[in-house]
Amino acid sequence: MATFTSTSRQPFNAEHVRKDFPFFETGVAYLDSANTSQRPRHVLYAMDEYFEQFNSNVHRAAYHVSEVATERYEGTREAVRRFINAHSAKEVINTRGTTEGINLVAYSWGQKNIKAGDLIVLTILEHHSNIVPWQILAAKTGARLEWVDVDEQGELRLEQYHALLEQKPKLVTLSQISNAIGTINPAKQMVHDAKRAGATVLVDGAQGAPHQGVDVRDLGCDFYAFSGHKMLGPTGAGILWGRRELLEAMDPFMAGGDMIKAVRQEGTTYADLPLKFEAGTQAVAEVIGLGAAIEYLEGLGMENITRHEREITEYAMEALSELPGLRIFGPPVERRAGVVSFEVEGIHPHDLSTIVDRHGVALRAGHHCAMPLMIRLDVPATSRASFYVYTIKDDVDRLVEAVADAQRIFA
Amino acid sequence: MPGQDLGVDEQFYREYILDHYKNPRNFGHIEHPTYTHEEDNPLCGDVVGIDLLVKDGVVDDIKFHGRGCAISQASASLLTERIKGMSLDEARTIGKEDVLSELGIDISPARIKCALLSLKVLKAGAWGLGEWPGEEEG
Repeated sequence: MATFTSTSRQPFNAEHVRKDFPFFETGVAYLDSANTSQRPRHVLYAMDEYFEQFNSNVHRAAYHVSEVATERYEGTREAVRRFINAHSAKEVINTRGTTEGINLVAYSWGQKNIKAGDLIVLTILEHHSNIVPWQILAAKTGARLEWVDVDEQGELRLEQYHALLEQKPKLVTLSQISNAIGTINPAKQMVHDAKRAGATVLVDGAQGAPHQGVDVRDLGCDFYAFSGHKMLGPTGAGILWGRRELLEAMDPFMAGGDMIKAVRQEGTTYADLPLKFEAGTQAVAEVIGLGAAIEYLEGLGMENITRHEREITEYAMEALSELPGLRIFGPPVERRAGVVSFEVEGIHPHDLSTIVDRHGVALRAGHHCAMPLMIRLDVPATSRASFYVYTIKDDVDRLVEAVADAQRIFA
Repeated sequence: MPGQDLGVDEQFYREYILDHYKNPRNFGHIEHPTYTHEEDNPLCGDVVGIDLLVKDGVVDDIKFHGRGCAISQASASLLTERIKGMSLDEARTIGKEDVLSELGIDISPARIKCALLSLKVLKAGAWGLGEWPGEEEG
């Protein structure tokens, strides 16, 4: 395995952490980590090592390099189990990302368990990937969707949520953290209440797992989906965790090689968990990369990461607030992850993005795959700065300077 | 390293583009238009609508309304200026290259939809050409 980087076991220092990420040699002030993160050498090396030294398929061949590949691939599963504190690695399913994980549940669990007239509760804060699969499922089954609204601070209206729970929803699905405006939802309490109301509960951890980590047993949900590429891993590797008894009762999502026990002309018996849900050749290098990313995050310590992001977020909110005509969406910093979504009077987010890009600042503009929320906030789009382990105050300073320049140009 | 030359911004958002954005020409509605059409770009929320009054085969009056980024709105404003007084036949020959060269700036692939929204409205709506291939080719 690639040797661990020098930052581990030292007090957390983003300036040092940054040196592990070759991307920053470009000089770009990267403020789009809620979209996708950068990757440290530790991850890149782990993937290179696979390609260079034991490139082969997993679970199939009886030769040495394939055994090593399988061991590393399954090593990620165990690393994920530990990271999310699941009971068993059998509950850890490799997917391409959060989107695939949610689609898997909507298809394999949803089509079997959701019937006409059933209620599915979701929130207005959801990413499209936690909306559209349920709309499709509802259209197919005749189930209905109800949305939990937000208040003026972009926080879920819990009294409305509780009223919906009284209607005994079959499924509740919610994000741990809003990708668009950074709201940290009271997920544990919401899951608890939903379970008590008899619902099956999915939590979208795409923003939660990278920035706060998760203990799925403590959280108490039934399914938890997240993406590797937002947590220092490569694209194409994500995780769906599910309760064993639910996963066992579900039909496969994709069918093909590796997900079978035996195939006969008369029919097929499926593989046991987790391989039942991993049909076809998997993204072996990427899964290994995800394992390395988890190792790296654990080396830094999730509490350190959360604390650092809080500090940067607070700094950014203060600095941005000093600009005239700038309005920040979402809750106060205590209930906000490392995301600052804002609008600048008189400048469309896309114009702003174009101008700050010319200052070398990568800032997202758009609806952030949360169109229902944009409509609710009555904006066509927002500008969004998002932070991670490697974000430093200088990145924020450069953003503020660039926004000020845009204001000068548009004055 | 990108973004060191801060003068670039002024060049990109040239004075006349900002001027057309802040003081759009031919902004508003026509009471009894010959053609009227509006489209939006849901991806970024840009909206442009165009009213056209045609007399004897000539664009006698044109007005646009909308909201969105500077590129989309300036582009619409410039287009109305260009077309007003033109014969319909002549106006029909305007293509995306004309619109882009009139903007006179280097439009990145991500912003091409903004720049061409007004032309799309004109082609798809006012002239009833339906599925104009438009920005996807950009």
